[in-house]
Amino acid sequence: MRTPLYERHVALGGRMVDFAGWELPVQYPGGIVAEHMAVRQGVGLFDVSHMGELLVAGPEALPFLGRLLTNNLRRLSAGRAVYAPMCHENGGTVDDLIVYPYEGAYLLVVNAANTDKDFAHISALAAGFRVTVRNVSSAWGQLALQGPGAAALLAALPGGGAIAALPFFGCGLFPFLGITVFSSATGYTGGPGFEFYLPVGDAAGVWDILAEAGATPCGLGARDTLRLEGALPLYGHELADDISPLEAGLSRFVKFENDFLGRAALEKQAENGPPRRLVGLVMEGRAVPRAGYAVLFENRVCGTVTSGGVAPALGRNIALALVEAEGDGPYAVDIRGRAEATRLVPLPFYKG
Amino acid sequence: MADVKAGLYYSSEHEWLRADDDAVYLGITDFAQSSLGDIVFVDGEPVGSQLSAGDVAGVIESVKAASDLYAPVSGVVLAINGRLAETPELLNEEPYACWIVKLTLSNPAELDGLMDAKAYAAFCEGL
Repeated sequence: MRTPLYERHVALGGRMVDFAGWELPVQYPGGIVAEHMAVRQGVGLFDVSHMGELLVAGPEALPFLGRLLTNNLRRLSAGRAVYAPMCHENGGTVDDLIVYPYEGAYLLVVNAANTDKDFAHISALAAGFRVTVRNVSSAWGQLALQGPGAAALLAALPGGGAIAALPFFGCGLFPFLGITVFSSATGYTGGPGFEFYLPVGDAAGVWDILAEAGATPCGLGARDTLRLEGALPLYGHELADDISPLEAGLSRFVKFENDFLGRAALEKQAENGPPRRLVGLVMEGRAVPRAGYAVLFENRVCGTVTSGGVAPALGRNIALALVEAEGDGPYAVDIRGRAEATRLVPLPFYKG
Repeated sequence: MADVKAGLYYSSEHEWLRADDDAVYLGITDFAQSSLGDIVFVDGEPVGSQLSAGDVAGVIESVKAASDLYAPVSGVVLAINGRLAETPELLNEEPYACWIVKLTLSNPAELDGLMDAKAYAAFCEGL
């Protein structure tokens, strides 16, 4: 599938790859490190139109979301977006998502690779509620403008001032560049930034203006290195059907207030301590840890790297790893048969 | 268009090889460094390792992924370029000026199976 920005990516020399069925640039000619640093020091622009968008509406929409999501949802009534995992009954994670209050309904933005699975899960759970669930993914484009310079860039554009002034996770419909754009102060980089949800037909025009204003186009490669530095989970790595949000270190997004699916299992985990925990490792040497590599404690395998790679803003190589709950290292990572030393650090690696 | 340097042997794995008396120097081509992107770590098989043509001779890590370096010819590892330990990005900047692994040449006839610059340029063109 192609996003509404496909021609832009090709014209910019983007190296196109398949990502969950979407043709997207992994990088532009400047390279991943340059794109990463543009977001840490200036402004980067991402096409994230592949993300899934589901609309939940109806008189029982809010109580239904309380059954679906592990976080408390009070901030939705105040016009704020909420990040939340969505669990199976056994506490494993179906997906993680951001839910936005949108025009009297709720917009759920989910991982591209999970859109169909999520839609099926949500629709099945909706059976007992007076709600409708619609998959509007193909009608929506999504852009992310990220970095410390994002607010100033926006504020200089027609209608951008109100968006630039949004508090973290604030959102709303704004007149912007002559159209109405659903905007939020959210992102996936571990730094400040904004996201725009707009009809497919408007996406390229907004992209052009933001790029013209000085935002550096960034691909999936930088999106991944940035989120790793920010220790933001990626479904399929830190979260999965058999990894609970508590194991992934997301306890602050699991509030035992609503009767959500998976609550009993997660309460039990919270009581007894989850069997595994997610840790942050900084490599002492230059070898690069990658997802799937074994984590060692005293030469015994005690876990797995869930995501690893280069942290350009830190000048080090880093890893997120799921390890046995007991113990606190020192851990090594098995890289091609060598036990490479690491340092256990608090997360996130990078704080914007 | 990727740069190709005359006077070298080339493999279909986008490696170059320079024959120098009884030893050969192995590196990666401009096409390879461009495909890999920002290179952050390089290592070779230990000195003294006996490699057959097609064996893994080392590893190149870019931001994106780890890629194996293959020995296009058989030989014993004589040296690994120490400059790359601290400055792996040299491979992006000057791919033909930086060898990665130095090997003995056990079987000079194996060089005949490799491409020259002209053939390699045509090979890249066809990709």
